[in-house]
Amino acid sequence: MKEGKPRLLLGNEACVEGAIAAGLKFFAGYPITPSTEIAELCAQYLPQVGGKFIQMEDEIASMAAVCGASLAGVKSMTATSGPGFSLKQENIGFAVQAEIPCVVVDVQRVGPSTGMPTSAAQGDVMQSRWGTHGDHEIVVLSPSSVLEAYTLTVTAFNIAEELRTPVILLMDEMVGHLREKVILPDRSELMVKARPKPDLPPGQYKPYADYGDPAKVAPLAAFGEGYRFHVTGLTHGEDGFPTNNPDVGARQIKRISEKIASRKKDLPQPEELFTDDAEVFVFAFGGTARSAKKAVRDARAMGLKAGLIRAITVWPFLEEPLLRAKAKKPKAVIVPEMNLGQIILPVKRVMGDACPVIGINKVGGRYIEPDEILDAIKEAILGGSAS
Amino acid sequence: MALPLEKYLRVGKLPHIWCPGCGHGIITQAIIRAIDELGLDTQKTVVVSGIGCSSRAPGYMNFDTLHTTHGRAIAFATGIKMANPELKVIVITGDGDAAAIGGNHLIHAARRNIGLTVICFNNNIYGMTSGQYSPLTPTGSYASTAPYGMVERPFDLCELVKGAGGTFVARSTAYHARHLTNVIKDALKYDGFAFVDALSQCPTYFGRRNRLRTPMDMLNWMRDHAVSASSWEKMSPEEREGKFPIGVLVNQPSRELTKVYGEILAQARKEAGANA
Ligand SMILES: Cc1ncc(C[n+]2csc(CCOP(=O)(O)OP(=O)(O)O)c2C)c(N)n1
Repeated sequence: MKEGKPRLLLGNEACVEGAIAAGLKFFAGYPITPSTEIAELCAQYLPQVGGKFIQMEDEIASMAAVCGASLAGVKSMTATSGPGFSLKQENIGFAVQAEIPCVVVDVQRVGPSTGMPTSAAQGDVMQSRWGTHGDHEIVVLSPSSVLEAYTLTVTAFNIAEELRTPVILLMDEMVGHLREKVILPDRSELMVKARPKPDLPPGQYKPYADYGDPAKVAPLAAFGEGYRFHVTGLTHGEDGFPTNNPDVGARQIKRISEKIASRKKDLPQPEELFTDDAEVFVFAFGGTARSAKKAVRDARAMGLKAGLIRAITVWPFLEEPLLRAKAKKPKAVIVPEMNLGQIILPVKRVMGDACPVIGINKVGGRYIEPDEILDAIKEAILGGSAS
Repeated sequence: MALPLEKYLRVGKLPHIWCPGCGHGIITQAIIRAIDELGLDTQKTVVVSGIGCSSRAPGYMNFDTLHTTHGRAIAFATGIKMANPELKVIVITGDGDAAAIGGNHLIHAARRNIGLTVICFNNNIYGMTSGQYSPLTPTGSYASTAPYGMVERPFDLCELVKGAGGTFVARSTAYHARHLTNVIKDALKYDGFAFVDALSQCPTYFGRRNRLRTPMDMLNWMRDHAVSASSWEKMSPEEREGKFPIGVLVNQPSRELTKVYGEILAQARKEAGANA
């Protein structure tokens, strides 16, 4: 594949190329709009790089196969949309609990249920966070351009492998089906992390070692390498075997949460635009952030002090830029999102009653236009006099 | 002194969770014996299971082992086999695990002819959750969720897998421990999707409710109702009534999925190289 030259790429296509650049060697999926191109392109490209593709009988099986392949030692991914994402959730929880690195792409569409299969939405913000059962942390990344669909997919694999956890790439139809001119970075400039290998021989190797420092994660051996280790979704000790000991269980559950919570600084930090002197902040992510960026630029052109905070890591929620904004006593924080108000909840929690937190919400597939956000900025800065 | 099969067990993880009289230990032993007699490479053998009493077996077995989610063992195993076709992948599952929640994965793995050896510990009941009916509970039998007797009709697992295109299908029972071992050996040697319906007894949740008071009563029931595949062939429908065949029931070799995919890989790489 040609890096360094301008190309016209689809968001979903960029995701596949990013995955392959990151070392993807196994994809299992089940077709669902608007994610299907990802499966189709994996079917085509993976065999060319010695990777494997399989179309499973459903999304439950796809997620299971991805876990299995990852345990066999290869970088693995699946892609889906809302209804399929729901079916994957039990096995995403398995990957969380058993600490299996993998990447799960959710190209969001309008829901609930079959909803509007070909229309854009951002309704899976909470599903991506709390879709599976039980207490857990999960890393969710959301690209807002085609180029970022590429780079963030690489980042998703790096995080998955380093933290031994599933990483969700939360795309939306806007970005997935967007065609943009991009110049992909040269492979030599790309940071691609290999899966850390155990440094202890079989017998001494502890696949779920607790080092007392949650940021330190035990390397994962591959099946067939002679370690003969056990993997289970039951709460387990450091050796991987089930335990009913409440202390050991609690420690294990907390450790896998803290390994993510303690690494917030190492996750992709929000993009900030004009936040130094802003009086009004727009907080956005994914496809909607494109409109938000235009609105903030237009506001600046009019002399209005608007700033943008674009979350790239959606979960865990990175509070730091909002806390800085809060310290500036802003007039408002505006939160455009293509749902009935999901990411606004943590924003409100952080802002408290420091200022109004105003949602701009749309469902049904129509994009949020820059002018709608601009109007809200004007309203917040100029008050009722805004025309 | 170490027992001959001890090296295949994680002795430190014993005692097992199974009730006294349970058939799952007999089947686990048959699997281990088959592995031993075939001399399989223990470093290259992976045992995968779902959820249930039966699915606890891999935890006691000294291989790379994966205890997954309820019903999904075959799907996890599919990923393992695709990623590394050199591995011998054995799936241990229960009748609920394989035929209820996991039924879809079972028929699709059979259709694909992917190289997995699936051994179903079939005790006709949900053991782990204390005796609810399964798709293998015979009509009229009692279960905690069939207090008036099972009203549904059960699957014949071997016919199901055969109907789905299964190319190797066999059955044996915990009573026929030696026969079971041989059948499992044949399944392990088979290059493709191999399915073994291994009848087990659950004295705690099936026997007690169904007038088979002791584990021995249940084992004797297997002895009295099993018929060898060769005799079965010659029996009339009337003679077959209430009986079931054991032995290798289907053996129609066909190309194994990961081998076929391996050829695709070679072809795709050649084409990609030609276009570069
Ligand atoms: C998604 C899901 N549903 C239900 C259960 C509860 N459950 C655990 S084991 C089991 C049945 C097991 O029966 P079977 O597969 O026949 O195996 P056995 O215990 O009899 O060996 C059920 C329903 C579960 N763990 N996960």
